[in-house]
Amino acid sequence: MSKTITDVVCPFCGTLCDDLIVTTDDEGKKILGVDNACAIGAEKFIHSSDHSHRVTRPRKMQEDGSFKEITYEEAIEHTAKILVNAKKPLMYGWSSTSCEADSVGHEIAELCGGIVDNTAAVCHGTTLIAVQNVGIPSCTLGEVKNRADRIIFWGCNPAHAHPRHMSRYSIFPRGYFTGKGAKQRKIIVVDPRPTDTTNLADIHLQVEQGYDYELLQALRAAIRGEPLAGDVIAGVPKETVYEAVDVLKSGRFGVIFFGMGVTQSLGKDHNIDAAICLTKDLNDYTKFSIVAMRGHYNVTGSGQVLGWQYGFPYSVDLSRGFARYNPGETGSIEVLKRQEADAIFVLGSDPGAHFPMRCVKEISRLPSVAIDPHITPTTEICDVHVPVAFVGVEVGGNCYRMDNVPIEARKVVEPPEGMMTDQQFLSAVLERVKELKAN
Amino acid sequence: MDTVKLTSKVVPELYLEAEHISPDVFAGKSNQEIGDLSVHMGNQTYKISDYFTVEGKAGATAAETKIVVAGDVSKVKYIGMKMTAGEVEVLGNADMYVGAWMEGGKLLVKGSVDSFAGIAMKGGELIIEGDAKNYIGAAYRGDWRGMQGGKIVVKGNVGSDVGSNINGGTIDIGGNADVHLATHAEGGTIIVRGIAKGRVGGQMVKGDIYCLGGVERMMPSFKYDHTEEIELDGKKMNFQVYYGDLGERHGKKKGEIIYGKIYLTAAQPEGGEGATAVKSERKAKLSEKQLEQLATELKEMKEPSVQNVREYIKKTFGIDLKPMQVSRLIDSLSR
Amino acid sequence: MSEYIIKNGTVYDPKTEVKGEVKDICIKDGKIVDKVSSKAKSIDAKGKTVMAGAVEIHAHVAGPKVNEGRNYRPEDKLFTYQPGGKNTRMAGGFSIPTTFKTGYEYAKMGYTTVMEAAMPPLYARHVHEEIKDTPIIDEGAFPVFGNNWFVFEYLKNNEMDNVMAYISWLLKTTKGYAIKIVNPGGSEAWGWGENCTTIHDPVPYFDITPAEIMKGLLTANEKMGLPHSIHVHTNNLGNPGNYKDTLDTFKLAQGVKPNNKFGREQVFHHTHVQFHSYGGDSWANFESKAKEVMDYVNSNKNMTIDLGCVTLDETTTMTADGPFEHHLTTLNHLKWANVDVELETSSGIVPYIYDPKIKVCAIQWAIGLELALYSKDPMRTFITTDHPNAGPFTRYPRIFKWLMSDKSRQEMLKGFKNSDKVMAATTLGSLDREINFYELAQMTRAGPAKALGLTDMCGGLAPGMDADVVIYDINEGKIKDPEEIEKAFSAATHVFKAGTLVVDNGEIISNGNKRTFWVDAKVPTNTQVERDVQMKFLKYYSVNLNNYEVSDHYVANPYVIEVEN
Ligand code: SF4
Ligand SMILES: [Zn+2]
Repeated sequence: MSKTITDVVCPFCGTLCDDLIVTTDDEGKKILGVDNACAIGAEKFIHSSDHSHRVTRPRKMQEDGSFKEITYEEAIEHTAKILVNAKKPLMYGWSSTSCEADSVGHEIAELCGGIVDNTAAVCHGTTLIAVQNVGIPSCTLGEVKNRADRIIFWGCNPAHAHPRHMSRYSIFPRGYFTGKGAKQRKIIVVDPRPTDTTNLADIHLQVEQGYDYELLQALRAAIRGEPLAGDVIAGVPKETVYEAVDVLKSGRFGVIFFGMGVTQSLGKDHNIDAAICLTKDLNDYTKFSIVAMRGHYNVTGSGQVLGWQYGFPYSVDLSRGFARYNPGETGSIEVLKRQEADAIFVLGSDPGAHFPMRCVKEISRLPSVAIDPHITPTTEICDVHVPVAFVGVEVGGNCYRMDNVPIEARKVVEPPEGMMTDQQFLSAVLERVKELKAN
Repeated sequence: MDTVKLTSKVVPELYLEAEHISPDVFAGKSNQEIGDLSVHMGNQTYKISDYFTVEGKAGATAAETKIVVAGDVSKVKYIGMKMTAGEVEVLGNADMYVGAWMEGGKLLVKGSVDSFAGIAMKGGELIIEGDAKNYIGAAYRGDWRGMQGGKIVVKGNVGSDVGSNINGGTIDIGGNADVHLATHAEGGTIIVRGIAKGRVGGQMVKGDIYCLGGVERMMPSFKYDHTEEIELDGKKMNFQVYYGDLGERHGKKKGEIIYGKIYLTAAQPEGGEGATAVKSERKAKLSEKQLEQLATELKEMKEPSVQNVREYIKKTFGIDLKPMQVSRLIDSLSR
Repeated sequence: MSEYIIKNGTVYDPKTEVKGEVKDICIKDGKIVDKVSSKAKSIDAKGKTVMAGAVEIHAHVAGPKVNEGRNYRPEDKLFTYQPGGKNTRMAGGFSIPTTFKTGYEYAKMGYTTVMEAAMPPLYARHVHEEIKDTPIIDEGAFPVFGNNWFVFEYLKNNEMDNVMAYISWLLKTTKGYAIKIVNPGGSEAWGWGENCTTIHDPVPYFDITPAEIMKGLLTANEKMGLPHSIHVHTNNLGNPGNYKDTLDTFKLAQGVKPNNKFGREQVFHHTHVQFHSYGGDSWANFESKAKEVMDYVNSNKNMTIDLGCVTLDETTTMTADGPFEHHLTTLNHLKWANVDVELETSSGIVPYIYDPKIKVCAIQWAIGLELALYSKDPMRTFITTDHPNAGPFTRYPRIFKWLMSDKSRQEMLKGFKNSDKVMAATTLGSLDREINFYELAQMTRAGPAKALGLTDMCGGLAPGMDADVVIYDINEGKIKDPEEIEKAFSAATHVFKAGTLVVDNGEIISNGNKRTFWVDAKVPTNTQVERDVQMKFLKYYSVNLNNYEVSDHYVANPYVIEVEN
């Protein structure tokens, strides 16, 4: 016998598919099958339910670099102490967990005078900066499905990073006004290289690596009917630029999806700034929207909770008793590079794998703790690793999709016996911090 | 004018936030009172006297007060923040936010400064004798009001994003300027005496940018308009005048469209229409042979991480590539 | 629970028709009572003003666009932050304060109930997450219905039962409070970059007009007997000459009688009427039509309005009226955010500086005040700024000052750069009426509470009602300088929320026990609507039906108002 759970939310990428069907054994302990998910998503479920590779109790690094099991109480004590003793603890991550957990974490950070930062620091933070400069005309993914006849993928490869995006929302679905599905849509892909996504494109703008900004401004000038200097614009023949402009202007509803290819290449926030302005310009001719292809399934949610609690979406410095924000100063990478922090706390992310070497070294130098369901490069360099239940699989909670739509993740199986959830762990740390602060 | 001299006693363990080091705050205070003003490190509050000796004497008003900051303050932020009058002189380097939100007076840094100096400046004079990093005279995040008045002089080089959203005042750069100079400018004047790296005046609506050392790569959305003789530093010079950013909205005056303008010294190769006065982009690149060698090496490495490969390239070829370049290399070579 | 007696305050309470009498107010177990025991804590309010907690009928304080506004305006936070304290979290932001600051600032001004004016159903969970993090004040949220595809289709086919079943379902699913209508049809048209600028412009592809949408929802609202009436922001907001569309909209409700068990007497509420009372046909001859609009309101007792007063600040506009925000960004070139929500609505955000030096802004300022001063029935005219659209709610005390003091208005009028033009385009200069404390209590307490169907619960001081009580350090008879008004109403000395002392000597001492109001309106089982909902989710939504409902644990301390059919 087995149990079937429907409408399961996939806690992997920002597409946040919510139509998965998970089959478990009778006791709800083991996942037997996952339907509707893409390969990455399904793998994540199956993998987590195999407990053989998981640590189920906190571990502390010994002098010789090996780990020794400790109790949750000891881990709580360790975490509370390093945070309370620090002058400027950096609390990083928050993107692969629920908003409920984020919220408790923020309260700890507020009490301890720390910096709260999420993974936007290394992916779409530049997008957020651009939005702060010029706004963002956007829409929900359902709007794309129901109306869009022009789809632009800029610097992203959904075929790999967001596998179900194209079938659920962007290229193939048949919506209210888009009964013919893909036939009704023109696809433009901007990428320096051919990829699986460019294969689906009507127009592939093969931009010169790192010159997206120039291309974007050229498109904007072309839309205004201005002349362009040169025959080749940022690697793209002038005629192709004009052709693309015609396609963009002639649609009824267009949308630009963009990813790390533009947010983290030369120009960063400026690329997005220009892309947003292009979208805005196009609204003088037709209807256009732009959507960031957010990576971690709940990095958007972290930004939302930070937003309503402090007014900034990431890199929030609470050290002075009030919130400040200025990427370039308060972002994790700069903070670590400049050695501005004196303790580090990681939850729901893996900076050990994604940060520059210098920052990783700094993490291993500082008093540290990593909270993560799995063993990761980060947990390997932190003083204490606290394993927790897997959000979206072993515990539910609210998450925000890439278009900011909130979706409540479900619990489908029990976590390993005696394992805390991150929210429980954080709440315990918060209590302890309050006690320590009272003394 | 009276002078207060602060001499740094200890280099802070982390970074010190010292927005009270400003003539406006010091004016009318005794040295004891000045020493008792707060400075901050992370969540801790200290006193100025914990980190500095205080000598001399403050004037009765900000305008009559000069502050000299001696010793190592390269880890001190916010010196001269929001000052409206008087003088501050930093003898060495300073960290971020020097003269941020400054409205008047004179602030001189003999050494170099980090980012965000003079952001959202409204008036006064900010002089950096060394180099300055990013976002000098730029707007605070999200604001459309960058530098609005006053003058910033940087004798050395500046980083990126200088003068973003500038709509008044002057920024005079003695050395080179990194990318994204004067983005979204709606006024003001910027002079770069060295080389401007590229993306000069991106999305600018209005304003003047003089590039005396040329622009490495002009934006395709600027058009050459005419050559003009203009007096700068008392010298008459010929400039090629470019109009842009053509992708941006522009206002009209007397029926004529007012563009942002980039002035290139005519000493640059004569461009004419279409062509731009550009120097080639010097971007670190691997040769074919090096690529081959790297490809074989990559096969050896089991899971080549960006960091490992980057280190390897640095060690073997002496070239420091950006992580993003490395990651693309790995992708393309392992295909 | 503790007992309190507030002694010798000058009480203004329209609910019990107390007009400035010196009286004691007793509180026990969270309620207003006739008397308390000798153990009751006594608070001396001699020479001070005592009113019920104020009720905010329309503000944008929680949800996706409010938060987008926060996140995309870091500059709005600059140098505004207050550190946390023993009972408070750190709090910042000016035009779009953080949730914590929202709760604290309302409470400090003596507001204890606040309605979030526009909840996109798909984002309802977000709205409730923010409400949960807004301390002290009771809140409810109005889901938007005016551009909803279900509503369009049922109304087009004249299926009133289905409309009602759908409304009931959506209120329950989103934990919503009332039917909000924003730019009916126009926000859907915005899906194609278009708009409906009059109430008779058909909605593209849906074969229905804004007038039909509003009339249909009004009929459904009264058939269902919901606590609040339909809450409307009509078409053509913010444009010169739009007062005609406004009057056309008002007329839709003409003669309709209210049907409900909540003491509500209106069938139609129009919000931020200031933005809808413009004459002229361009910005050059832009002028006030406040009088024309108020003449209609005054003679039609079945409707209520709120003002939407311009406060002349730098603020952030945000509305579910997507096309309007696009229009605005083409005027001021400031950053524009837009979110179109599948099957439901659109929305937009643009920062705006109401600069007193600009003629139009000064005229807008005058219109907001004129509306109030022309009102013959303060029980049907409520003070708002459509926070943060015409100004932040924290400026209410300043508006009170302007309404209560002709002197302060004249000073403003004379001070404008375009003083003559402003006076020529408005009649404010000739209106010497000064709103008194009793009228203020009507416009900010008893009136909005009644319009929301909460008249027996809040906004008044009758025994049995929630003990939301506020003390202001001001004496109506002894005001020398209008500035005293602004100062006193900015900082209540004491505020009780449902009997808990939350503000003491102007300081937040407790986070109270905030509640979330939502309306559970019973309708007969309707399998047709059930199936329609399932089909639409399957085909057109991007989330699964089973992941759409706001589950109970996201609703902070729910207070469900049940409506029997
Ligand atoms: S596309 Fe993303 S969210 Fe959807 S199933 Fe795949 S990994 Fe999960
Ligand atoms: Zn509103």
